[in-house]
Amino acid sequence: MSGTVIVLDPTNEQQSEARERQPRLASLEGRTIGLLDISKPRGDVFLDRIEQKLRERGAEVIRYAKPTFTKPAPIDLRQQIAVECDAVVEALAD
Amino acid sequence: MSPNAPPPLPSGIVAFVKRDCPTCELVAPVLAELASQVNLTVYSQDDPTFPEGVAVQDDTDLATSWHCKIEAVPTLLAVEKGVEQGRAVGWHREEWQALAGVSDLGAGLPDYRPGCGSLSVDPARQAELVVRFSGSKLRARRVHLAGLEDEAEALFNRGWTDGLPVVAPTEARVLAMLEGTSRTPEELVAVVPPDLVDCTVEKVAINAVLAGCKPEYLPVILAAVEAVCTDEFNIHGVIATTMPVAPVVVVNGPIRRAIGMNSGINVFGQGNRANSTIGRALQLVIRNVGGGRPGGVDRATFGSPAKLSFCFPEDEERSPWGPLSADFGAKPGTNTVTAYCGEAPRSTVDQLSRNPESLARSLAANIRTVHHPKLCIAFDCMLAVGPEHARVFQEVGWSKEQLRDKLSELLQVPGEEAIRGAGGIEEGLPEALRNATLPKLRPGGLHIVHCGGGAGLFSAIIGGWLAGSNGSQPVVREIQA
Repeated sequence: MSGTVIVLDPTNEQQSEARERQPRLASLEGRTIGLLDISKPRGDVFLDRIEQKLRERGAEVIRYAKPTFTKPAPIDLRQQIAVECDAVVEALAD
Repeated sequence: MSPNAPPPLPSGIVAFVKRDCPTCELVAPVLAELASQVNLTVYSQDDPTFPEGVAVQDDTDLATSWHCKIEAVPTLLAVEKGVEQGRAVGWHREEWQALAGVSDLGAGLPDYRPGCGSLSVDPARQAELVVRFSGSKLRARRVHLAGLEDEAEALFNRGWTDGLPVVAPTEARVLAMLEGTSRTPEELVAVVPPDLVDCTVEKVAINAVLAGCKPEYLPVILAAVEAVCTDEFNIHGVIATTMPVAPVVVVNGPIRRAIGMNSGINVFGQGNRANSTIGRALQLVIRNVGGGRPGGVDRATFGSPAKLSFCFPEDEERSPWGPLSADFGAKPGTNTVTAYCGEAPRSTVDQLSRNPESLARSLAANIRTVHHPKLCIAFDCMLAVGPEHARVFQEVGWSKEQLRDKLSELLQVPGEEAIRGAGGIEEGLPEALRNATLPKLRPGGLHIVHCGGGAGLFSAIIGGWLAGSNGSQPVVREIQA
């Protein structure tokens, strides 16, 4: 006996990849900002105000919504946002 | 050569013996006779010098015996081009002669003598042999715990437990667990949220060992993992929600009794290994494989003891009604799990109602309070009717459908009671619903099961979570052997 016990790893044996953050936008002027409503009640109230503030600073705003807050955003929606926007604000509200 | 691969067998007659076997001693001269007449190869399990007078292959590592599935010695095989054509177990003159195509073997010996157990099936060596010869079919990373580490502490420290001690998932235990299913270790069971990781039968088996399961529970756990990892059940949302809900696994079919589950006294409580560990294994898969941990993706405000384990079988034998699984279209008598997203159970006491109308009103009054008496439509509810309550309905012949219809009728909520501000309570539904009548539960959202101990005029309600396609829907899966 070597005195050691060998056990099998019960986890997924995966490590998440470290990724560089996107550089911060130098200015909002002329940029397209996505606003993602996760579909919690009154999230729209919060996002309406954010949209108003962003437009005052010269940004274009596109609004999106998840079909339900209980599930992750569908991949098509995530890709659409990535293609159409320079940055995204995801809002949680209740 | 991989230890999983069977060693090539020579053509001709192949014998397996050990010195520590009186029948092998008895037939030693017969083997010498055979050696002079046929192409004979003898494998000795304990002493390569036995039997004298014939060339002996050393099988003290038991590799050949193991792969040829030798259960007793002596065993004689007839082999052609590496493939077994027949075998004789123990000394049996006629069988040996037929197999070897030789007559007049063993003159002076009795016609028949049973053999002794093969060392390759010796219980004392079984675990070591299984690991040696089958261990390489396991793909999981091997983790060496240091000699000075306390085994239980080491498993806590690696974050693999739910806060209670776990059983160390050694190769021998995992291989024994896998004996509980006919599915292969590498088969994909589900993609487990929230990390969306491919989960194999082997990973489920490892977590089943951690949870303290017996191998015969594994098919139930596999079905439960499949059921919760569906878009309909939405385990991602069930983990992530701030609400105190967990997957509740209800087992139907003969397997309940076959594996010793408890549907009677203390059905939701402690004390039954199958009930306790099947639900726990599911939670450990979610934690360890899916990555759903409290404080990470799990954001529950309170959580619930049900998040350690919540699994129980229906009492079908004493039930006046068909099983829960049949309400979802499963054929009665099939083994199923029904995964339902629910809170911890809560008691409904009614010791006086002897007519079904009165008892239904009691049950409805309590169901009305699920999450909040003023909140409607959004939730499902599971109603566990205890045997003494079930008898009240049974005596007047109420079917499950009648009870469900009556409860639905009683759970129509006038909008004016449910709107914001009504009853002096700000929580409630929008003012626009003042004149509407609202069902407390989602249509089809009342799930009735029968279980519990025989004494006590009680039922239990298990409140749901956001119901329907925007939340979690109950999912039934058949249990595969």
